[in-house]
Amino acid sequence: MTLTEKLRERISRAFYNHGLLCASYPIPIILFTGLCILACCYPLLKLPLPGTGPVEYSTPVKDYSPPSPDAGLQQGDLGERPDWYVGAPVAYIQQIFVKATVSPWQKNFLAVDVFRSPLSRVFQLVEEIRNHALRDSSGVKSLEEVCLQVTDLLPGLKKLRNLLPEHGCLLLSPGNFWQNDRERFNADPDIIKTIHQHEPKTLQTSATLKDLLFGLPGKYSGVNLYNRKRVVSYTVTLGLQRYDSRFLSSLRSRLKLLHPSPNCTLREENIVHVHFKEEIGIAELIPLVTTYIILFAYIYFSTRKIDMVKSKWGLALAAVVTVLSSLLMSVGLCTLFGLTPTLNGGEIFPYLVVVIGLENVLVLTKSVVSTPVDLEVKLRIAQGLSNESWSIMKNMATELGIILIGYFTLVPAIQEFCLFAVVGLVSDFFLQMFFFTTVLSIDIRRMELADLNKRLPAEACMPPAKPVSRSQRYERQPAMRPATPHTITLQPSSFRNLRLPKRLRVIYFFARTRLAQRLIMAGTVIWIGILVYTDPAGLRTYLTSQVTEQSPLGEAGLPPMPVPGGVLPAGDPKIDLSVFPSDPIQLSENQTQQREQKSGLESLSRLETNQHTWAHGPEGKGNGQMELGTEAEVTWGAEDEEIWRKLSFRHWPSLFSYYNITLAKRQLFSSSHSFRYISILPAIPVTLYLNPQEALEVRHPQEANRYHPFLSSSSGKLDAGAQPDRASSKLQGHQDVTLY
Amino acid sequence: QHLVQRSVVLFVVGAFMALVLNLLQIQRNVTLFPDEVISTLFSSACSLTSLAAVVGLLYPCIDSHLGEPHKFKREWASVMRCIAVFVGINHASAKLDFANNVQLSLTLAALSLGLWWTFDRSRSGLGLGITIAFVATLITQFLVYNGVYQYTSPDFLYIRSWLPCIFFSGGVTVGNIGRQLAM
Repeated sequence: MTLTEKLRERISRAFYNHGLLCASYPIPIILFTGLCILACCYPLLKLPLPGTGPVEYSTPVKDYSPPSPDAGLQQGDLGERPDWYVGAPVAYIQQIFVKATVSPWQKNFLAVDVFRSPLSRVFQLVEEIRNHALRDSSGVKSLEEVCLQVTDLLPGLKKLRNLLPEHGCLLLSPGNFWQNDRERFNADPDIIKTIHQHEPKTLQTSATLKDLLFGLPGKYSGVNLYNRKRVVSYTVTLGLQRYDSRFLSSLRSRLKLLHPSPNCTLREENIVHVHFKEEIGIAELIPLVTTYIILFAYIYFSTRKIDMVKSKWGLALAAVVTVLSSLLMSVGLCTLFGLTPTLNGGEIFPYLVVVIGLENVLVLTKSVVSTPVDLEVKLRIAQGLSNESWSIMKNMATELGIILIGYFTLVPAIQEFCLFAVVGLVSDFFLQMFFFTTVLSIDIRRMELADLNKRLPAEACMPPAKPVSRSQRYERQPAMRPATPHTITLQPSSFRNLRLPKRLRVIYFFARTRLAQRLIMAGTVIWIGILVYTDPAGLRTYLTSQVTEQSPLGEAGLPPMPVPGGVLPAGDPKIDLSVFPSDPIQLSENQTQQREQKSGLESLSRLETNQHTWAHGPEGKGNGQMELGTEAEVTWGAEDEEIWRKLSFRHWPSLFSYYNITLAKRQLFSSSHSFRYISILPAIPVTLYLNPQEALEVRHPQEANRYHPFLSSSSGKLDAGAQPDRASSKLQGHQDVTLY
Repeated sequence: QHLVQRSVVLFVVGAFMALVLNLLQIQRNVTLFPDEVISTLFSSACSLTSLAAVVGLLYPCIDSHLGEPHKFKREWASVMRCIAVFVGINHASAKLDFANNVQLSLTLAALSLGLWWTFDRSRSGLGLGITIAFVATLITQFLVYNGVYQYTSPDFLYIRSWLPCIFFSGGVTVGNIGRQLAM
């Protein structure tokens, strides 16, 4: 069998050289393996988090009918029908997506006028929807017959009792904040406070009341005081029990007729069915916990066998890290090559660890510590590795063979498991050879250093007890040390380096070169430089404007402001900035005041870091008329498509759970799974344009006192006084505005 | 004597395994228990645990009778591995969808034999395992015919292919534990 012998020789030699390499350059090799692990884990970032997100399935609207409740009737294989798509959904959700704006905008309007009048229209809209009825040959069908009737709220939700509908149709809209009563809305002095009164103070990941009633995430609604685009969005959410296509299409066409959206590009083709995965019940949890307990017991029993090393826990940790990273690498590599994991990672992880096993690590450790002690660390590692080389390769080949047999069972899940296991085995071998060997060499070196430190001071008095203790420790060694304790088999060069432990040497190095202080100084300088360069607070421009105001240079002194294109050619006296109140007298002000106010305005806008709406400013004012503000245009874009997707995952389950309807239910010990899902119908777009008259009428008397004119800051208070006064009052006015 | 301690440990292990296996099977809807779920759970758990205790005590006895001490992988780490693989086999049989019963029985048989070969290469172990599988399947069928348990779907073949393999690998596992305890 000389072939085997030759193979053994070659493998032993290869391992020997590899051991020498690893022990000689520990730190670079560890860094190299770290980089490899990170590189292979990088594709993992693309994977969704394992677990409990909702699952979707779309069907076209045309000719839609709910699937039959009989699970057995799967006619052929209609595409990829998921197995939860059985029976009618719990509810159909129809959202009417409203976008409203006040147009044309008046310059003296308050910030709160942006949303007050659009919100006031919701009551009328809700009335229209509630009263919509389809008259056809079979009689009159009203909303009450198709909508989802809800009963009581959960007993613990008393404070939401008058905000969410009870004992009626499930119809949610922002009007619920005022109990669908227009008078209460008109009497409410502070809308924002009413809307936010039930918001949680701390971070809330599930659905808040505002999200529920508005139907959109907060930042898309536009109900705040910094709404530059002045478009307010909200939805009226309707829960339906049955799908009646004629009723719904009549509702859609009626709303589109009443409030047309001319440039709306929302697609209305698909119904999206959403299924929320079941929460983990006890029946699933116990086996999972059991497998993890068994895994920990296995790791404990395996690492208990490590001994004769300096730091048992360190090596045990290294062993666990090796196996873990090899699994991560295997998943990452498989993802890189296109395999999307369908198995639940958390469940099969213990089995993968058990299959890969910690045996190799222990075998390596044992063989290294059983080499003669008087050798150098490098040689010990190399010899240990080459001793075990043949058995390691044999074991690996056997395991690969077994797993490959498992691959050919042609069950997809088992095949995927075997694929992970194979790649995991290979990467585990790679990591063992590089990472664990290096860690082992570091540990052996530390052990020798500790030994040496113990022996060195004792050398001076030459205790006779030393050989006894050493022979006790390494009793298994066939090659016994000579009896004299002072034969040190170390090269003189390494002896010099070994005087201090490595930790101390590193610390002294840092202290000598003052590395820490220099790094901190450099870091601070760089940070200040970045601050000055990017200038987030607009300090530079403010300073320059201050300087140029007092300079006699005039307009030429103004630095060119990065204003969005074509809006404000500097120094044009005819262009009237919307900051000015609609007072024709001010048009004839002299140049300096205009310019100063313009520059002050620029600095204000920079300070507020909101530039994009200035494009709206002077448009439509070419003829210098005052009252006509901007014509706001409500645009519908791709970001409005299926805006419910931007809500939190818990939005629909928590809405239904308020009424004790569970969307993700699994009963313990039940024999039939009840798959529940909801169907979200395409939204109906509604655009509302409100005229300024209406906005003025709806305004509450207290608001005028409290809020300052929108974006006019303190221009109303400007007098033709001294320039420093103006500057400071501008700043003050700005501060007042930002109080809200 | 050690015997009492060992049997207690084996009893506990058997109870735990019975619980875990039942929970796994519930997810599969294999057996439908009559109304009193807990009581039937309890009774099946009792039977399985006593079986486990008996088997666990039997293995070392047979070893000493046959006179060949078991030398293959006598350490706790490999016992843990064996348990983990056994639970894995159960998990797989509960959760995976097999194309047909032949595939299922072949896969499970291969896995069980692999378990035996990896962790226990003794002929006595093999013989004892096969005997246990045979006897336990007979008992279970007997119980079913007498109406103690029922099957939801009349998928007798499925049960028949799955049960012996589980009993075989369970026997090997518990035997391993018993041997390790007796050491």
